Amino acid sequence: MVQTYGKKPTRMGYGDGLLTLGETDPRVVVFDADLAKSTTTDWFAEKFPARFFDAGIAEQNMLGMAAGMSLLGKTPFVSTYGVFVAGRAWDQIRTTICYSKLNVKIGGMHGGVSVGPDGATHQALEEITIMRVLPNMIVLSPCDYHESYKATLAAAQIAGPVYLRFGREAVPIISTPETPFEFGKAALWRDGNDVALLATGHMVYHALEAAEALAGAGVNALVLNVHTIKPLDEEAVLAAVAQCGCAVTCEEHQTTGGFGGAIAELLAKRRPTPLRFIGVQDRFGESGQPDELFEEFGLSAHFIVKAAREVMQAAKK
Amino acid sequence: MALKPAELKKLKQTALRIREQIVEVTYTCGGAHIGGAMSQTDIMVALYYKFMKFDPKKPLLPTRDRFILSKGHGGVGHAVILGYLDCFDKKELLDFNKTGSPFGMHLDWLKVKGVDASTGSLGHGLSIGIGMAIAARLQNKKYHTYVVLGDGELHGGPNWEAIMAAAHFKVTNMTTFVDRNKLCIDGPTEEIMGVEPLKDKFEAFGWKAVEIDGHDFEQIVDAVEQSHKETEKPFVIIANTIKGKGIDFMEGLAKWHYAGLDEEMKKQALASLRRMNKNG
Repeated sequence: MVQTYGKKPTRMGYGDGLLTLGETDPRVVVFDADLAKSTTTDWFAEKFPARFFDAGIAEQNMLGMAAGMSLLGKTPFVSTYGVFVAGRAWDQIRTTICYSKLNVKIGGMHGGVSVGPDGATHQALEEITIMRVLPNMIVLSPCDYHESYKATLAAAQIAGPVYLRFGREAVPIISTPETPFEFGKAALWRDGNDVALLATGHMVYHALEAAEALAGAGVNALVLNVHTIKPLDEEAVLAAVAQCGCAVTCEEHQTTGGFGGAIAELLAKRRPTPLRFIGVQDRFGESGQPDELFEEFGLSAHFIVKAAREVMQAAKK
Repeated sequence: MALKPAELKKLKQTALRIREQIVEVTYTCGGAHIGGAMSQTDIMVALYYKFMKFDPKKPLLPTRDRFILSKGHGGVGHAVILGYLDCFDKKELLDFNKTGSPFGMHLDWLKVKGVDASTGSLGHGLSIGIGMAIAARLQNKKYHTYVVLGDGELHGGPNWEAIMAAAHFKVTNMTTFVDRNKLCIDGPTEEIMGVEPLKDKFEAFGWKAVEIDGHDFEQIVDAVEQSHKETEKPFVIIANTIKGKGIDFMEGLAKWHYAGLDEEMKKQALASLRRMNKNG
């Protein structure tokens, strides 16, 4: 059994992180686009009303206003669903924020199919791809509530644009406030030498579950928690892959151009290795219950186990 | 405060110098957005030479007024003004658009001293201006923000999001111009995608709007002074201008949105500028 400490949505780690930043960092201001209750920025709004701005359902202007504030030394955190911010305001993020290296932080909620009933229109499955392709952008994808809190605080310390990916559903808490978190450094959460499970976001828990199941069958799986997708901790990934000789990437996102894509680019360049991709396979999300959608989209632990066995076979292990 | 005759003469002379230099740069760099650079010039000369608290030797001074050219393709005109203010050596302008030059077609604030925000993708500048103006308020800073919009860029939705937001947040420490030269790339704005009645639209969105001749310094100065006194609503100055202003063979023609000049055209353009300045 994977050690867990209850359940909480990662977006609440963002909301609590902003509350802390409100106290400790006077530069921080928060924007939302009429989703403050859902993104949990309403906690910040209540406590720091003069530093909170609701832009209404107008994401492009929200990003532009945040850009303007950052040019005056503020650290704006703009918050809404990933589909709306990364998609609708991509032009502002690209040409105004990233090109100018502006200090704007983007909290993108509702990443993945675990959003559930809201369905395809609200399940962000492409943001990792379209954010990581932007020069100067940093992409963080924390795995649970505590890591989300730490990532939010870390983002405030980074000079330049940061995209933070969070989920809607309450998911298992698999770390503690004391668990180390270092921006830019992937965390080895389980050592092994048969297959490397490279996971990001919610999928770290499922990778750990898969590793447990594999251990029961005598397979030692390594689990690397890659919370910083860009810049990718290349050395940690290469070391994990060198140790195991094969790998499975795990993300709640399109595998094309996403986290799996990032790993494939690295390995193609530096260490060609048999690889399998767990994630959404070039299709839109659907409405449903999160656990049922995890089955429908092939994301649950047993799919990771299957992929691990396949890739080990491909690597002739 | 009406402009004194000497002051008016100086502004006109400066505008002439700026326009001449835009022609020179367009000639040397092989092509630039000369039409819109000509239409915006008098507005920008009035701002930089009459109103803005801006020290070219300290272009990043926190207390300076801010300027955003939302119609970023007017960058050639902006660069020339900054060069004339001695933000950098004017000679550098001869490298405009050349590989390795700090001056790209659309100015980059990380590379060109005096630029407060990189623009180029239309529909971003007003939102940036609002953010700057609200930040001034949060920090109890007195500086003013100026934004110049193109009229064609008002086709785009983000501007109207920003126009709504400026009224909502009561942004009165910002003055916005529309360089209403009535032409976009493909032709007249009213044929491509009509923006009129523009004044009514701004007013309906909760702005104070005035319409002026954007080549009449007295009207520009008067409108900016009026904007500084406004305490309730965001203020827009719809400046009716002429694309290609001052160059007889360019005026009012969409095809001069972006163009190059050969030596003969350059001579004619400079002669026209001087002639028109004498007559006007």
